[in-house]
Amino acid sequence: MSTTILPPGAVSPKSVAKAAPMPDILATRSPPKGFVGYLWRHPTIAVGGFLLLVMLFIAVFAPWLWTKDPTALAPVMRTRNPSAAAWFGTDMLGRDVYSRVLYGARVSLIVGFGVAFFSSVIGLFIGLVSGFVRWADSIIMRIMDGLMSIPSILLAIALMALTRGSVGNVILAITVAEIPRVSRLVRGVVLSLREQPYVDAAIASGTRTPVIIWRHILPNTLAPMTVQATYICAAAMIAEAILSFIGAGTPPIIPSWGNIMAEGRALWQVKPYIVFFPAIFLSITVLAVNLLGDGLRDSLDPRLAKRV
Amino acid sequence: MALLEVENLQTHFRTPDGGVNRAVDGLSFSVEAGETVAIVGESGCGKSVTSMSILRLIPEPPGKIAGAIRFNGRDLLKLSDREMRAIRGNEISMIFQEPMTSLNPVLTIGQQIGEALRLHQGMSRSQAEAKAVEMLTLVGIPAPARRVKEYPHQLSGGMRQRVMIAIALACNPKLLIADEPTTALDVTIQAQILDLMRDLKRTVGAAIVLITHDLGVVAEVAERVIVMYAGRKVEEAKVEELFRAPKHPYTQGLLGAVPKLGSSLTGETERLAEIPGLVPSLKQRIDYCVFAGRCPYATDLCREVTPALEEKAPGHVAACHYAVKEAVAA
Amino acid sequence: MFAYIVRRVLATIPVMAIVALFVFSLLYIAPGDPAAVIAGDQATPADVERIRASLGLDRPYLIRFGEWVWRILQGDLGTSIFTNLPVTRMIAQRIEPTLSLMVVTLGLAIAIAVPLGVIAAWKSGSWIDRLVMVFSVLNFSVPVFVVGYLLAYYFALQLDWFPVQGYTPISEGVGRWLQNLVLPAVALGGGYTALIARITRATMLEVLQQDYIRTARAKGAGQRTVLFLHALKNAAVPIVTVIGIGVALLIGGAVVTESVFAIPGLGRLTVDAILRRDYPVIQGVILLFSFAYVLVNLLIDLSYTLFDPRIRY
Repeated sequence: MSTTILPPGAVSPKSVAKAAPMPDILATRSPPKGFVGYLWRHPTIAVGGFLLLVMLFIAVFAPWLWTKDPTALAPVMRTRNPSAAAWFGTDMLGRDVYSRVLYGARVSLIVGFGVAFFSSVIGLFIGLVSGFVRWADSIIMRIMDGLMSIPSILLAIALMALTRGSVGNVILAITVAEIPRVSRLVRGVVLSLREQPYVDAAIASGTRTPVIIWRHILPNTLAPMTVQATYICAAAMIAEAILSFIGAGTPPIIPSWGNIMAEGRALWQVKPYIVFFPAIFLSITVLAVNLLGDGLRDSLDPRLAKRV
Repeated sequence: MALLEVENLQTHFRTPDGGVNRAVDGLSFSVEAGETVAIVGESGCGKSVTSMSILRLIPEPPGKIAGAIRFNGRDLLKLSDREMRAIRGNEISMIFQEPMTSLNPVLTIGQQIGEALRLHQGMSRSQAEAKAVEMLTLVGIPAPARRVKEYPHQLSGGMRQRVMIAIALACNPKLLIADEPTTALDVTIQAQILDLMRDLKRTVGAAIVLITHDLGVVAEVAERVIVMYAGRKVEEAKVEELFRAPKHPYTQGLLGAVPKLGSSLTGETERLAEIPGLVPSLKQRIDYCVFAGRCPYATDLCREVTPALEEKAPGHVAACHYAVKEAVAA
Repeated sequence: MFAYIVRRVLATIPVMAIVALFVFSLLYIAPGDPAAVIAGDQATPADVERIRASLGLDRPYLIRFGEWVWRILQGDLGTSIFTNLPVTRMIAQRIEPTLSLMVVTLGLAIAIAVPLGVIAAWKSGSWIDRLVMVFSVLNFSVPVFVVGYLLAYYFALQLDWFPVQGYTPISEGVGRWLQNLVLPAVALGGGYTALIARITRATMLEVLQQDYIRTARAKGAGQRTVLFLHALKNAAVPIVTVIGIGVALLIGGAVVTESVFAIPGLGRLTVDAILRRDYPVIQGVILLFSFAYVLVNLLIDLSYTLFDPRIRY
């Protein structure tokens, strides 16, 4: 302590007055780090992701999961209750409900992912045009307002009433109904980013629009769009089930969860299991996607997390 | 017995990542009836948290308050929620920093002033409105009968702060906590609000705890000053004494080279001298002098041992190993 | 204020025009030959031609659209292919059950969702908040008809508390009318309730952070006053907006709920029309629902002034 600078006029203290240390009134916690830590902080992603992986596994490996031909009729085996021979029972045509439910995962997931993908791509395009082309904006947004005024299930029903039932047409019908949501989202992002000084500067300095989109718009759109796409995926799977359920969806020959339930409708008071088994699978899958969406929203954008 | 005695107040917060933020860590002070005490320090030193802790407005969780806050001898931390509510806005009231956002945008001025009266004095709606008009007159708002029916967005910032003061004084509190009451206002309005507070102090006679980072305000209004740093009290003295002979290097830094009492009255604005370095993170436990990291005089001793608050001169305490001790009786 | 209302009402006209244009154009933009689809697989070429003519598909698009709009403005939504009855009459016969179902569901959903959302925001992070969030995500994930069957199976078949299916007109007694509507309304309102509860929670969480809430607490206001007077009134605009937007969920859900509970409303009419490929009926119902939806949201817009004095037109 020889070279110490002391406050003016001070001398080294003869005795040191030591303050009593304050106790901690809250215990520190150390949550896990890394990927495990990420899942720990976002349990909905862990649970939703796990359930979705299980469903994907079921959809892909349905033929090897002790299933029979889901379309094989067995009139003598009609409406048997669940048993060792038919785990989920049989329907009114004697088909094995377990096999049909497992194969049904394929239709639901294809429709869900298909609608999420196509509505994102088309919505992104429309949103970008709307955000960058001034004269087109008001026209496009009027059209989107109009489209959003038609309740989406009704819009899909109308489209399905005019086309032959197929998985492709179901995806198309639900996609049309979901596009306005994505394009509005993208347009909103574009318009708010255009207000940002750095984007403003890029535009002013003559950066070409595609470059601006690639460098500034797309990276900022990705997070909200991913979240939106998960919700659209969930909504699409429910919409598919509803369409099939009321007879406006995939053709009855295809074992989709909506179709199985539609066929079980007539018997639901006596043989409720025909409706409830596909219902449970559908609900779990949609739940998984919704949980994933909630978790992604919380983790990708803490500001968004406060909203719905 | 002092009106307010704060003893070893600790207000800690759990952070989202599992850590603990020790916003206030072992603060003790007292306020006599009718006295004005200023708590000064840089932003983030725990001043506002202290004021919120006294009224128990800290959300728990994530916060937690320990220690004792005795008001008229009753420990506020031991009261039930209902008992605490009977004190808030009645015996202790508070003025906040942001007049623009501290008033409810969807309720009329009259409703907002009247609320405390109806709660604590059981007034009827019409009685409360009449008293609200009276309060608006008291705080110098023109056309009070019309203003009580208006909404906050129809008022200017200075007017809104006057309304806040009217709300705080409506029930004749014994203690008024003013958290940076003038910071968000224009300089001319600041002076008006300070004048108003001084006038009201004379007429109402409440004790005031003034939270501020503005030493000019302190010099004009306060009788005693508490200097806070990183959640702890580092110095306390009568206002003249503190400005004349600051003991703690942090206070010296705050006052700059030449502290002058009442300089903001003479037009020379007191500027906070830059103190190099950053306030230490409150997430780490600091078991040595909290100011050591920024102190020009810090020694190994400072980096090893937490200095206790010692009386360095009569009625003047500071937490510094090296602060000059003047003749202290016994 | 009056000028604003007029402007706002006028602004809905282009939206409704686009809805009409779109619903009309579906016949033309749908992939494949709608006349053949509507006629069905067993139809002869002559049948298909007859349907094509009755839909007007053989005439130019714009002329057809003009005629169609003109007739709609006169209150003519066309004629059912299947029953040959005017679509407006078929709709009029079915409107009461649907309207009843929606009003009961709306009331039930708001009465449950708003307090639930407020409590969840107040106790944010607690078990009750988690429970509300779990309840809402479950409601988003289980399709309306599954909830309907579950409720009907348990509360009607097993416990026999409510009728399994059917509808009693309100003219035959409010009690019986309501008894028939409880289960469908609970089934239909699930997702809607979840939506309102979520937006209430989210908006309240934001409002409760505001400085004026701290002021209210500092005044000694009790928890209930803080939540329901100071906070909820500030949160009202987003909540009311979502209540309006969510009506789309109710409309879509009604179609399914009515078939589960055998309620003879517009939803059943739609489903029957789908099975019979009766496109004019589907068109009429969609147009009606969409216009109703636009109107509801117009009213919601105009109601903002009731909640926020800063909004002045």
